[in-house]
Amino acid sequence: MALRTPLYPEHHKLNARLVPFAGWEMPLHYGSQLEEHQAVRRHAGMFDVSHMGQIDVEGPDAKAFLRTLLANDVAKLNAVGKALYTCMLDERGGILDDLIVYLRGPGTYRLVVNAATTAKDLAWLNDQAEGDLEIRRRDDLAMIAVQGPKARALTLDCLPPELSGFAAELAPFTATQCGPWLIGRTGYTGEDGFEIMLPATDALDLWQILHAAGIRPCGLGARDTLRLEAGLNLYGQDMDETTTPFDCGLEWTIAWEPTERAFIGRAALEAQRDAPRRWTFIGLVLLGEGIMRAGQPVLSQGQAVGVITSGGFAPTLNRSIALARVVPGLDPDCVVEIRGKTLPMRIVKPPFVRHGQILVDLKTPTSGF
Amino acid sequence: MNDLPTELRYSKTHEWARIEDDGTVTVGITDHAQDTLGDIVFVELPDCGRQVAAEEPCAVVESVKAASDIYAPIAGEVIAVNTALRDAPDTINNSPYTDGWILRLKPDEPKALEALLDAAAYAQLVADES
Repeated sequence: MALRTPLYPEHHKLNARLVPFAGWEMPLHYGSQLEEHQAVRRHAGMFDVSHMGQIDVEGPDAKAFLRTLLANDVAKLNAVGKALYTCMLDERGGILDDLIVYLRGPGTYRLVVNAATTAKDLAWLNDQAEGDLEIRRRDDLAMIAVQGPKARALTLDCLPPELSGFAAELAPFTATQCGPWLIGRTGYTGEDGFEIMLPATDALDLWQILHAAGIRPCGLGARDTLRLEAGLNLYGQDMDETTTPFDCGLEWTIAWEPTERAFIGRAALEAQRDAPRRWTFIGLVLLGEGIMRAGQPVLSQGQAVGVITSGGFAPTLNRSIALARVVPGLDPDCVVEIRGKTLPMRIVKPPFVRHGQILVDLKTPTSGF
Repeated sequence: MNDLPTELRYSKTHEWARIEDDGTVTVGITDHAQDTLGDIVFVELPDCGRQVAAEEPCAVVESVKAASDIYAPIAGEVIAVNTALRDAPDTINNSPYTDGWILRLKPDEPKALEALLDAAAYAQLVADES
């Protein structure tokens, strides 16, 4: 029996195409994935992301524990409400998950983790836990992401008045809380917006108010094309336990300083840092017709030199884009193989789209990376 | 239930086939198929003159979700392809049985069409699959 979010009856009512996802029954789209994608790029869309794992870590030793657990350093969270993107690694530097951690108060953190990895993450957290702290999965909460150029303005009018003023003041990647609600100016689409964590019992009300305000319900399909255009990694596709942050473009999330902070995976990452690179993580734009998909090989002079980890159609660019893991120093004349045909593409640096603007050059001749 | 014209024949792999007055056979995908695939963003068409066997992959329809092979419902020679799909692949979504046709075959054996499903049998197949 698949798990259902508190908004499931509403998705059903809105004629969502429901699909199994990580043990959950989730909306893929509500009629047109492309229209939902464009709604987020041009106006505002909302996603039920209640399937994502919310885990609270609290106690006098919570900070010390998370500084050991995570590759980025929660000591950077120097004010309540700040958020941090980080990988959680195993001893070999392999990525167990990627997550956002919010500082909710002294010694009080919330981790938002992937749906597919929540159970594994909880087991890992409990195995590694040391000292005076409590780890608690928040199944009592739901989560709605509202994204797009109009998302903030429209959402502020829909929030309870006691929350709206605080939410209006939020800087990017910070959050505010009021009672059991936590509102972060975070997201996964390359657009501005909020991620709202709230009691499951309040989710339907808020969803309906947001919908009435003109915010379009969007499914996981649009979420995937939006995040791909934004150049954001997807766990299980662009990264997993066999890859380290170096292999998938997430080196920037490793906090090397202070050097005495011994986080799990540090030794393995230091060894990799000091050795020749195995992989470079790049963006690809297909020059002609066709759609790149995960698993297709990148070839240079007939030799496989890498693989597409995420690929698809980018509605904003009206062509196919991809993220790929390739050998360093690749020739610019490499090609991608799609069903036995080799097709020319251009190597670019993600993101492809941010705040509605196309950031990659589609015109000038390609150059090396 | 999706739209299901009774004058067409259907394959188990969700193509439709229509015999034209000149004996050629037009092929597309069903309303149910386009609905399941979602927004279609690219169609890979075969070359005219290609000989295809029944149930042989002869085109590829790519939706935002995934790539799907299109199979020839009967054996024959590809004599036309719908080049308008290159610029407007979503025609298949909007008009699967008319403007969204994919290719036309000159059948090796015109009677082969009779082995395909009729609308009622196809409707049953879709019901059984869901």
